Amino acid sequence: MKTSNGAIDRIKVDYLARVEGEGGLDIVVKDGQVADLTLRIFEPPRFFEAFLRGRSYQEVPDITARICGICPVAYQMSACHALEKALGITVPPPVRSLRRLFYCAEWIQSHALHVYLLHAPDFLGYESAISMAEDPQWRPIVERGLRMKKIGNQLLALIGGREIHPVSACVGGFYRAPHKRELLALKGDLEWGLQAAMDTVTWTAGLTFPEFECDYEFVALSHPNEYPMNEGRVISSKGLDIAMEDFEAHFVEEHVAHSNALHSLRIHGGSYHVGPLARLNLNLERLSPQASMALRHCDIRFPSMNPFTSIIARSIEMVHAFEEALHIIETYERPEPSCVSVSPKSGEGCHITEAPRGILYHRYRLDDEGLVQEAQIIPPTSQNLRRMEDDLRAFVPTVLDLPLEQVTWRCEQLIRNYDPCISCATHFLKLRVQWR
Amino acid sequence: MKETETDPQAKRLIIGLGNPFFSDDGVGSVVAKRLKERIPPDVRIIEQNMDSIALMETWKDVDLVIVIDAVRSGSKPGTILRLDPFKQPIPIEHFGHSTHAFGLAQAIKLAGLFDRLPSTLIVYGVEGKHFGAGMGLSPEVQQAVEEVVRLVLRDIQDVRLP
Repeated sequence: MKTSNGAIDRIKVDYLARVEGEGGLDIVVKDGQVADLTLRIFEPPRFFEAFLRGRSYQEVPDITARICGICPVAYQMSACHALEKALGITVPPPVRSLRRLFYCAEWIQSHALHVYLLHAPDFLGYESAISMAEDPQWRPIVERGLRMKKIGNQLLALIGGREIHPVSACVGGFYRAPHKRELLALKGDLEWGLQAAMDTVTWTAGLTFPEFECDYEFVALSHPNEYPMNEGRVISSKGLDIAMEDFEAHFVEEHVAHSNALHSLRIHGGSYHVGPLARLNLNLERLSPQASMALRHCDIRFPSMNPFTSIIARSIEMVHAFEEALHIIETYERPEPSCVSVSPKSGEGCHITEAPRGILYHRYRLDDEGLVQEAQIIPPTSQNLRRMEDDLRAFVPTVLDLPLEQVTWRCEQLIRNYDPCISCATHFLKLRVQWR
Repeated sequence: MKETETDPQAKRLIIGLGNPFFSDDGVGSVVAKRLKERIPPDVRIIEQNMDSIALMETWKDVDLVIVIDAVRSGSKPGTILRLDPFKQPIPIEHFGHSTHAFGLAQAIKLAGLFDRLPSTLIVYGVEGKHFGAGMGLSPEVQQAVEEVVRLVLRDIQDVRLP
């Protein structure tokens, strides 16, 4: 909307497109500055932490997988690790390796979906991937993205039993581990995918990026000798370095009226940034050889403080995921047995893994029969929500001389930098408050 | 994706789309279930409620595809539409789609651009009434089920494969 003198005074998006879940945006502008801004999350809350109470530890990975159709592996992995800590068990190296392969599959399918179908149209001025594919210039590109996504899905289905909400992961390992020959059948596709991912980096690095940088606090896992997925310490670009167990002493969730998803903040601090850009910026030296090479040949320098370059970070992570997947398959030893035996007992455990969209925190308290007494889940999107609002506050004044339609588009693009999964973020319910 | 024990190499394929946990959105799945006992053994039936973009792969190398999905076009609940995507574009806004997943109409459009459509494609749209969470169809939509089953069986009999 515009005032009588033609200045923009309101930017409104009723339904954000190309994000998972339902949200909207309302920005009020006064004298060239943002006077009021709400990233409205109206997708209804989904009460998963309540569903988990009283359920056996064995059911948790399958229930939490239902939180998200795009990143179910992340929910299963954080749940399995947290419950294994609560039950005092550790998994052998072959299981650990298969879990990384499982995560590679999810990163590939989730990142390919976002880079090609959800985010690229923003940079190229198309309304959707379909209108992009209508242009013969981009049709082979969209086709490449779809094939990459399909390979991720195939690998995920092979390990998980099915593509969406896989069923094989369990506390202690996997109900069934694939045979080496089954995995090797995908080798040719993964080799193609690795080259396609390298080409994706070249392509995304050649896009035009708005000039915009923020003084972010990037937060991600860090592991001494691997690119982080399942293990590590929580570190930040501003010097944080803590064990996962200390997460709740440094981060807090807060409710705001306009959002059915909680906002996470640093205690005594502000918003922070999780996801591929944070992960890459904080773990540049842990990339696989080809991913490192792709990074070196890229015109955009990392660490990058420009959130729009997250599309390149996702592309580089796809190179890493394809390359690591190939390595794991070639050196694969089928875990025998596929899972460690577990005896229920009381305990508490928390864990963080790197979901495609950033760190995902789970904490569980079990009674002596292994039934869940308390569950806490903090998804990456709710950790990024306040950061998205802060980005918009800083970004809007820089684009107000553009036509309203362009400003609105840019704001949506800025939100899509985070690949928000609103459906994940609204899983919560503050049970202690509601049930007393 | 759920599949009956039919031939995966079948050249004729029936796809019931939609999510049975969202009331009338599940009509495609109800029709598919009803058809299972009544189709020739060389016709494959699947029910699917995931991203329709996967359909491109599902109907690769298939000659005849019949898709049944719920629609919201503002017509009377239970109204049956029979569409031929080769003759008229499928209205995207009438078929289930979300902000991030592709619906049937979008999947057909993309498949057309990539030259991955089956040689014959028939789409049945059944106008739904309720799309909220819950199991079971509205009476008007339930009434249309038998008619859609009859029409699909007629197509299976009548359509000559190349």
